[in-house]
Amino acid sequence: MRRQGRWATLVIAALVLGSAFPFFRAIAGSLTPEAQLFEGAPLWPSPAVLDHYHALFTERAFWLPIRNSLVVAGATTLFCVTIGSLCAYALARLRFRGKALLLGVILAVSMFPQIAVVSPLFLLLRSIRLIDTYPGLILPYLTFAMPLAVWLLVGYFRQLPAELEEAAMVDGASRLRAFREVIVPLALPGLAATAILTFVYSWNEFLFALSFTLGPERQTVPVAIALFRGQYQVPWGQVLAAAIVATTPVAVLVLAFQRRIVQGLTAGAVKG
Amino acid sequence: MASIRLAKVWKTYPNGHVAARGVDLSIADGEFMVLVGPSGCGKSTALRMIAGLETPSDGKVFIGDRDVTELPPQDRDIAMVFQSYALYPHMTVRDNLAFGLRMRGVAPAVIAERVGGAAKALGLDSVLDRKPGQLSGGQRQRVALGRAIVREPLVFLFDEPLSNLDAKLRLETRAELARLHRRLAATMVYVTHDQEEALTLGSRVAVMREGQVEQVGPPLEVYRRPATIFVATFVGSPAMNLLPADLLSGFQAEGAPRAAGTTLGVRPHDLSVMPAGSGDLDALVDVVEPRGSELLIYLRLGQTGDGPEVRVITPPDLEVAPDRVVGLRFERARLHFFDPETGRRVS
Repeated sequence: MRRQGRWATLVIAALVLGSAFPFFRAIAGSLTPEAQLFEGAPLWPSPAVLDHYHALFTERAFWLPIRNSLVVAGATTLFCVTIGSLCAYALARLRFRGKALLLGVILAVSMFPQIAVVSPLFLLLRSIRLIDTYPGLILPYLTFAMPLAVWLLVGYFRQLPAELEEAAMVDGASRLRAFREVIVPLALPGLAATAILTFVYSWNEFLFALSFTLGPERQTVPVAIALFRGQYQVPWGQVLAAAIVATTPVAVLVLAFQRRIVQGLTAGAVKG
Repeated sequence: MASIRLAKVWKTYPNGHVAARGVDLSIADGEFMVLVGPSGCGKSTALRMIAGLETPSDGKVFIGDRDVTELPPQDRDIAMVFQSYALYPHMTVRDNLAFGLRMRGVAPAVIAERVGGAAKALGLDSVLDRKPGQLSGGQRQRVALGRAIVREPLVFLFDEPLSNLDAKLRLETRAELARLHRRLAATMVYVTHDQEEALTLGSRVAVMREGQVEQVGPPLEVYRRPATIFVATFVGSPAMNLLPADLLSGFQAEGAPRAAGTTLGVRPHDLSVMPAGSGDLDALVDVVEPRGSELLIYLRLGQTGDGPEVRVITPPDLEVAPDRVVGLRFERARLHFFDPETGRRVS
């Protein structure tokens, strides 16, 4: 047993090191002066400098893509959780014809490869003049984030005892009020998990953001970083600094709520 | 006025299960009606249709003079106590009690007064600011009761409210419910699978089976004159003995009017044990169970014990041992005769 435990620890340590190393290199690189970056960059820069971060916000106005990403990912999350929870509640609780089919279709929608829908979506968005606008990103994001949210929440709502909302309705609450006053407070862990996953998904999305924006005014963080490269050189220091800036809030968010996320994702898997 | 009437109510669930087959039931204002039957007999479905949590597939539901068949639960002025209690886990006891009043837009001062009153009556003052998770089973049960009482509804519905309590608490709460009914004089409908609960609580009892009402009547009448074999065996403990009536050919001449080939029912309390040969029939003692205040004896009819099994309740001081042959005497006035084909009472 002891031996096995030691082996397990070793394997886990190797896994953690392996997956954390690139992130560590990105942090180190973002603090390394430009000149040192290409001549055998040290594991950790001896004069750690903030030049790249400085340049990011003075020369490149990196706050603009951050703002865009916050607006787009935030709005997508908000819509997903509000509309998605109502939709999921109906699917979890109400009896109506074709429910299983509807759930299947919702799942199927999220299975399309993104690249397959980019062109038709582009034509559609152009015809309703939404290219290079926030709604022009939020609406397409909803098409892949909403199915995920609905499926997660259906599972979560199903495991809440139906007697609670029945009690609320006998007590005089309408179905919607019972949902708001009884179900939503109890489903908070599931709603939080869904919100975070949706946010991270939208925050990292690249293909739609690249295809449906035209200039820096509406570009999101991943697109902005990809477009850092000039004709003759790639400003690696700034790319790494931008990557750190873009990753840190998401990583902090996930770490802070990780227990809730795991709870929310595995809820209903086992009874009790 | 809060009488309740189910008129030819049918309920078929989407999975094809028929939970109610033309249930007809009238419950008078202020009555304590108990729906009793084995699990799956449709008693909970009947209650849920009165509550509005299920809509009948056919038939009508009336509360007072109002047709409420299509009315959602929140518009019916009923209160319901659930088997699981269904307390709102994220709210304090105070908020749980106040929820129904708040939903109906009662003034905060009135809410506070009524919640305070109910909490006092149920001994919940000291736990008003706790959450349900921090309460004992008995306290949770009282909160569920209190949540119904503060509403002062026309009708109280109970869905097996005592089944999660231990035996002692169950007896106490049963008495509490009887007192509550006397004090409020409200119409109450109570669902249980426990025939003893039904007999002790109900002003009337409706015995249900496979989606139909088999018999409705005051508890004593249902016990004394069961309308069918099913009711006869379901109500009363230990269950009534069922025997071919022809076994008793010996005293057929002096008995009540009956046809040959009927099924004879006799309760264990209506049989007495005497020396072999001096009763109506002889039987071999199989097992003797002392129950404190009485003895429960399992016997087999016939001197060699090759006949059907019979259960008898006797006083506790009777001298009797297994493998002894004894005589059995049938209480003439307490015999029941049923048609074995239809299961209906014939006498």
